[in-house]
Amino acid sequence: MKIAVVVFPGSNCDVDLFEALHTVCQADVEYVSHKEKSLESFDAVMLPGGFSYGDYLRCGAIARFSNIMPAIVEFAKQGKPVFGTCNGFQILTEAGLLPGALKQNNSLKFVCKTVDLTVENTKTPFTSQYGEKEQISLPIAHADGSYYADQETLAKLEENHQIVFRYAGENPNGSLNDIAGITNEAGNVLGMMPHPERAVEALLGNEDGLRVFKSLLESGKNTIEEAAF
Amino acid sequence: MAIKAEMSPKEIKETKPYIEWGLTEKEFDFISEQLLGRLPNYTETGLFSVMWSEHCSYKKSKPVLREFPNRSKRVLQGPGEGAGIVDIGDGQAVVFKAESHNHPSAVEPYEGAATGVGGIIRDIFSMGARPIAMLDSLHFGEVDNAHTRYLINEVVAGIGGYGNCMGIPTVGGETTFDECYTGNPLVNAMCVGIMDQNDMQKGRAKGVGNAVMYVGAKTGRDGIHGATFASADFADDKETQRSAVQVGDPFMEKLLMEACLELTGQHKDWLVGIQDMGAAGIVSSSCEMASKAGSGMELILDYVPQREPEMSAYEIMLSESQERMLLCIRAGFEEEVRSLFKDYGLEAVVIGRVTEGNDYVLKHKGEIVTNIPVSSLTEDVLEEPSEETNPERISVSEKLNNWVPDILDARETLGKMLAQPTVASKKIFTQTYDSQVRTSTVVGPGSDAAVLRIRGTKKGLAMTSDGNGRFVYLNPLIGGQIAVLEAAANLIASGALPLAMTDCLNYGDPNDPEIYWELHKSVLGMSEVCRVLNTPVISGNVSLYNENNGEAIYPTPMVGMVGLIKNINGYLTNTFRKSGAKVFLVGETFADFAGSEIQKMMTGKISGNLRSINVNSESEKFFKLLKAIELGIVDSAHDLSEGGLAVGLAESLFSSGLGLKANLTTMSSAFLFSETPGRFVVSVVPENVENFIELMKDDCTEIGEVTTNRKLQIKCQDTEFDFSVEEAQKVWEEAIPCLMKSKD
Amino acid sequence: MVNVRIFVTYKESVFDPQGETITDAIHSLGFSNVKKVNVGKFFDLQIDSSDKKVEEVVKEVSEQLLVNFNLETYRYDVMEEA
Repeated sequence: MKIAVVVFPGSNCDVDLFEALHTVCQADVEYVSHKEKSLESFDAVMLPGGFSYGDYLRCGAIARFSNIMPAIVEFAKQGKPVFGTCNGFQILTEAGLLPGALKQNNSLKFVCKTVDLTVENTKTPFTSQYGEKEQISLPIAHADGSYYADQETLAKLEENHQIVFRYAGENPNGSLNDIAGITNEAGNVLGMMPHPERAVEALLGNEDGLRVFKSLLESGKNTIEEAAF
Repeated sequence: MAIKAEMSPKEIKETKPYIEWGLTEKEFDFISEQLLGRLPNYTETGLFSVMWSEHCSYKKSKPVLREFPNRSKRVLQGPGEGAGIVDIGDGQAVVFKAESHNHPSAVEPYEGAATGVGGIIRDIFSMGARPIAMLDSLHFGEVDNAHTRYLINEVVAGIGGYGNCMGIPTVGGETTFDECYTGNPLVNAMCVGIMDQNDMQKGRAKGVGNAVMYVGAKTGRDGIHGATFASADFADDKETQRSAVQVGDPFMEKLLMEACLELTGQHKDWLVGIQDMGAAGIVSSSCEMASKAGSGMELILDYVPQREPEMSAYEIMLSESQERMLLCIRAGFEEEVRSLFKDYGLEAVVIGRVTEGNDYVLKHKGEIVTNIPVSSLTEDVLEEPSEETNPERISVSEKLNNWVPDILDARETLGKMLAQPTVASKKIFTQTYDSQVRTSTVVGPGSDAAVLRIRGTKKGLAMTSDGNGRFVYLNPLIGGQIAVLEAAANLIASGALPLAMTDCLNYGDPNDPEIYWELHKSVLGMSEVCRVLNTPVISGNVSLYNENNGEAIYPTPMVGMVGLIKNINGYLTNTFRKSGAKVFLVGETFADFAGSEIQKMMTGKISGNLRSINVNSESEKFFKLLKAIELGIVDSAHDLSEGGLAVGLAESLFSSGLGLKANLTTMSSAFLFSETPGRFVVSVVPENVENFIELMKDDCTEIGEVTTNRKLQIKCQDTEFDFSVEEAQKVWEEAIPCLMKSKD
Repeated sequence: MVNVRIFVTYKESVFDPQGETITDAIHSLGFSNVKKVNVGKFFDLQIDSSDKKVEEVVKEVSEQLLVNFNLETYRYDVMEEA
């Protein structure tokens, strides 16, 4: 499986995603500039955290007009895995690939800490290695992570099991229904505020995020095997 | 032509506007008569006034700064460049520097702090290094003051706002509170970078005909005379000066950093020199680059990208607009450089050339607006050592007996102590900083030092920034020694060998002989310890005139230090890890209460004199402990500072899930709060105890054992008490959030 | 040239923590009669009115970029015609 890490002007967790995949998981991963127009040859796309375009106007609002975005939209439509963490999640909602929006935290402050989460859906390409309702801890680091969608959308998300991660215990930002991560209806696009790529090594004190990447790589094996038959 | 008619040289001489800009009459006459042989014009007078300011020239502090040692086998670049560079082996180097942004932060705390962070980051990447961590030393007035709370909120938000967006983790630092900082908070930021030694850059403009290129944000009228502003005392009525703060754009800086690192890392053949446009903007960066290379320079100001119409030469040269860099590019590569920066959405423009000789020539709208020797702006500045006198408070305190606390209830005293803002948890601030981005932070805010791993190696770096103005105020020489010892102790406790240091020297008005004496004595004290520990001063900055309406701050040298951890897996934190481990106190405890937290808490002020220190034996003890840590026989280590042993023991238990039974029967409860420097609390598992004692000998005393009961139990000479760790931690964590919520 | 000011605010149903905090601050200053504060932002656009209809431009710019309809709504004033 070949994975693209898209770099927007102002992305700053691109290195972290890259290293988690490359160094820790020994995956085949490449940076792809926002200026590119094609994602041909890639099997999965990851949008990193950071402050694309300085988070000016709204987080992710300007990045969604990048050259690469039509290719990402097309990629998602084809059912291939697309992942966004933090600013990546914000971009995916601004681009309409995921429903709802991310508002400023209720505290009005940036918050960087480790939070407890429940894995709500293990039937996605990013969570198959977790147990149903498993409790994990992941770092968050954001100022605009309060998930918002209207009641109708929320009801649909719940019904379709599109809520993949929920804050367990303290809700750090005021997110509705304690939402920390969701997928699209098809389940191939995942956006989450927590940073699994920051939790992949014992040296840094947390390995709970590793299985997001392992799940993806595992899902890649399956599709490749299927294709071979 | 500028819109406003500028004064003629004759008018300048007569009406003396330069005094307002910070130049003295003596200096003006020296410049006219000795350096130029004519009267300077308006633009030239402006250039002299900023370049001869303390901020750019260190004319007051230079004679004192010469005391600092700045060499060791490891130092690759000492003071004089954007930042100092130290060899860490394997062809790699660590680069670091600290800088103050006190005055801008007092005026506009968010932008002042943010642009302080932006400035120090540029200093690091201008050396060719990738910034990997930020630390900050903040000193504010007391939290019960509403304006102070406003300053704290804004400064913290500004640091986070800039650093978080840049994707550079803010991993450590300190925040203290004392009344003397009320009108003049200290905002000192330190940035650490890492590089391949091959990528080392210097700020120099060499080679006749080479291009001087301007990159980054456009030049506006912001921050004109910022450098002179930093060199003048505050008075509440100077509203005009108070508009001098610039606005930061971290997004622009992120692009600028990535573009510059591509240039320094991959196109060394194009690049001759690179320098940040910091204080005094284009003038300081360009003339310093020419001066360091012994070149002349000619700039055409019409080519400088401008944000506002009709800017005069004076305004263009003195503007302190942020996020700009100056490059010297080998002739013939201008197009390549332009296109590299264009890729990042940035403009790179040739604004001049390196010339033969020593002339600094500026052209604007077809006229020569400046033609002066480069050296007249840099090397020829008149040094101004001040008079020195021993302040009366020092000679008085030498004759008095030192204060010793009378502890009625040790448990209650410890509870109160944990809630003192200087001691209490700063998590409410540090969790608004992204401390983890770049995924190399092994130990973030809250321990003695921050620890980062160096990717692709076994090595790690420990870093700290620390300053204690109270001790320096009571005795500048010993206080200066303690400042360096304390920073080194932070690193040792993490398992790191201290390599070198940077500083921000925050003092009052140097024209006051007592303040100059404080500066001089404390630098002597710091220098002595630097020599003994072999931690040369490789960079730094001086911030004088920290006064508000004539009241000076405590003399507060901030020491930033970086250490090398040979094997990252051997790093330590201050938290106890295993029940059954034996707890030792390393270092002897004396009646050191002058300037302590308990003195401030119980008497409302600090007073007394400091006990003198044997720097050599301190150093021996430090290196013995480091050896023990490197041998892997120590389980946790915490250096003791504000609040003394009692607070240190409590901190070692926080979030450990453990308890401690301490037997201190040779110590009276007052000594639990003594702040004798150079002490550590360490835990050692039973199988290593023998080796540990053999190594440390008389420098360690066994004081107790780690338990599972989540209680801090202390038995001392006169009393016995226990404290639930959970309760203690709650007091410690909730103190500042509770104070910050106050509506008074 | 036409100057247009576009105001973007949260929809009525969306919780506005900034507005709440500012309301509290106003109350602590003693202005208890200030009942509610809504925070928003405005954009001043200078539009060359010669080719496309100004209203259309404003609508398109707002809907494509300036406003996130999941959360926000907008209105605008045509300030002056020069």
